[in-house]
Amino acid sequence: MLELQHLCKSFGGVRATNDVSLTFADGSLSAIIGPNGAGKSTLFNLLTGALRPDSGRILLDGRDLVGLTRGAIVRRGIGRAFQVASIFPSLTVEETMRAAVAADRRRHFLLHRRFPLAETREKAESVLDMLGLADQRHRRAATLSHGDQKLLDVALALVLDPKVLLLDEPTAGMGPEERWQMIERVHDLWQRQRMTVVFIEHDMDIVFKIAPHIVVLCYGRVLAAGTPDAIRADEAVIAAYLGTAVDTDTGTATAAA
Amino acid sequence: MVRRAALADVLGGAAAFAVLAAVPLLIGGKAAPDFVIRCAAYGLFATSLNLLVGYGGMISFGHGMFFGLGAYAFGLLMQRTALSIPAAFALTILIAAAVATVIGAICVRLKEIYFAFVTLAFQMLIHSLIISWVGLTGGDQGLRGGIPRPVFLGVDLANRIQLYLACGAALVIGLVLMHRIVASQFGYTLRMTRDNAERAGYLGVDVVRVRLIAFVLAAVFACVGGVVMSLFVSGAYPDFADWTVSGDGMFINMLGGINVFLGPMLGTVILLLLNDTVTRLTEHDGIVLGVVILFFAIGLRKGLLDFVLDRIAERRATAVASPERG
Repeated sequence: MLELQHLCKSFGGVRATNDVSLTFADGSLSAIIGPNGAGKSTLFNLLTGALRPDSGRILLDGRDLVGLTRGAIVRRGIGRAFQVASIFPSLTVEETMRAAVAADRRRHFLLHRRFPLAETREKAESVLDMLGLADQRHRRAATLSHGDQKLLDVALALVLDPKVLLLDEPTAGMGPEERWQMIERVHDLWQRQRMTVVFIEHDMDIVFKIAPHIVVLCYGRVLAAGTPDAIRADEAVIAAYLGTAVDTDTGTATAAA
Repeated sequence: MVRRAALADVLGGAAAFAVLAAVPLLIGGKAAPDFVIRCAAYGLFATSLNLLVGYGGMISFGHGMFFGLGAYAFGLLMQRTALSIPAAFALTILIAAAVATVIGAICVRLKEIYFAFVTLAFQMLIHSLIISWVGLTGGDQGLRGGIPRPVFLGVDLANRIQLYLACGAALVIGLVLMHRIVASQFGYTLRMTRDNAERAGYLGVDVVRVRLIAFVLAAVFACVGGVVMSLFVSGAYPDFADWTVSGDGMFINMLGGINVFLGPMLGTVILLLLNDTVTRLTEHDGIVLGVVILFFAIGLRKGLLDFVLDRIAERRATAVASPERG
């Protein structure tokens, strides 16, 4: 279980994360939504050790992660993919995966051997298969399509067998069709791997369709957290953020209920 | 697969050595073997620099300090102690590794431009130390009086042919080892830190440690280049530790290419050939070299080997594409 207790982070006078307390149950799929500047990415940066909170605790299975380095947090089981695909442009897909697996197994200082373990290869292969990247394995990451670069970024996070997978706008920069493909992959992944997945997403159709648990951030605060129905019905959320945007067929029904 | 790649390197190295060994037999006179020995010294140095520049993305302007350090440490050990050549060689490598660990620990944390300048600063420090510590180094006169070359294991480096073969062996073994490093797991980790250090950090890679190891390894091979040079000239001179050596290393990498392992080796041959021919024809060799560098930097925009391989790849791509179109 991932538990955030009273997390705070300020930049100058701006409270980017303001007393955020949240719980993500094991095996849950959660979406984080909120307007630009709501502190969504900051929250991910706090969870992964890229930023250090001013106060508060981050507990993964009861152990505090605050103060650990990025590398140590990764090893505790929090993996992350980025809004702008963060990959290794000059490496091929296969090289990327094997190098990442080896880094995870702490074999990356080996001077005399290339990708030594059969296990390393199998792990890399299985992740590529899972994400449908296997037939791209000999291409350089820089030459992949935008969508495949995003998938490779996710694959890098998966290599480490995370307990919690954080996806920062997995569908950013994609066309409508590509978005659904991507989100189906994420959903499929979540169902098969039984890991905790938290993703940031702007597309409300996607969020309300696939996320059983939604967190709404606004000005660094948690405005609401709960099921899609509860969020649709939440007056604070409607007032501050959703407005009439969800007054689509399903939205109106729940709002009226 | 793994074993096969290593075997290919060893066989390739053996073949290269056989070719080098045949040079004095096929071409009479001293010029060709001497040229090869200089290529060995500079080639080891330039290839080791490419470990940093090409594979690690670390632009060092002070790498020449390890070339000079190798030459001086080895020369001094041979002149002032009773060590055998292999022992002095091993100790020289240890000294270079130790110095590189200290300097690297300070430098590898720095961002690009600061890394470049601080490495340059350390080079100048070592250079001025050599100039000013006259009692030990002979100051600006260098280590004179020749470097003794006692026979070891039946090898007599005072013999020209044996010296030639030893230098050729040092080159080939050095290149094979560096190629193994580049192809190793560590080599790929180094590329990760070059491409995207932040992401590597998120994979649990200790970026500073990876860079430090690369810095020390590169220093060791540069120092071997220096040892070869000191054996060749039977001495060591402050020029070996001057920043211009680092500059030459950069030129070589620009000439030959940094994306292919043997690029710097090709660059070494080009630079030394240019040096030898141009200085024979004109005093203004600097101008000629400058024009050549400009041609590579602005005209090709990459080193020769990079250029050639890119063209081949392009041609192959169009060859694959055109039948589909037709």
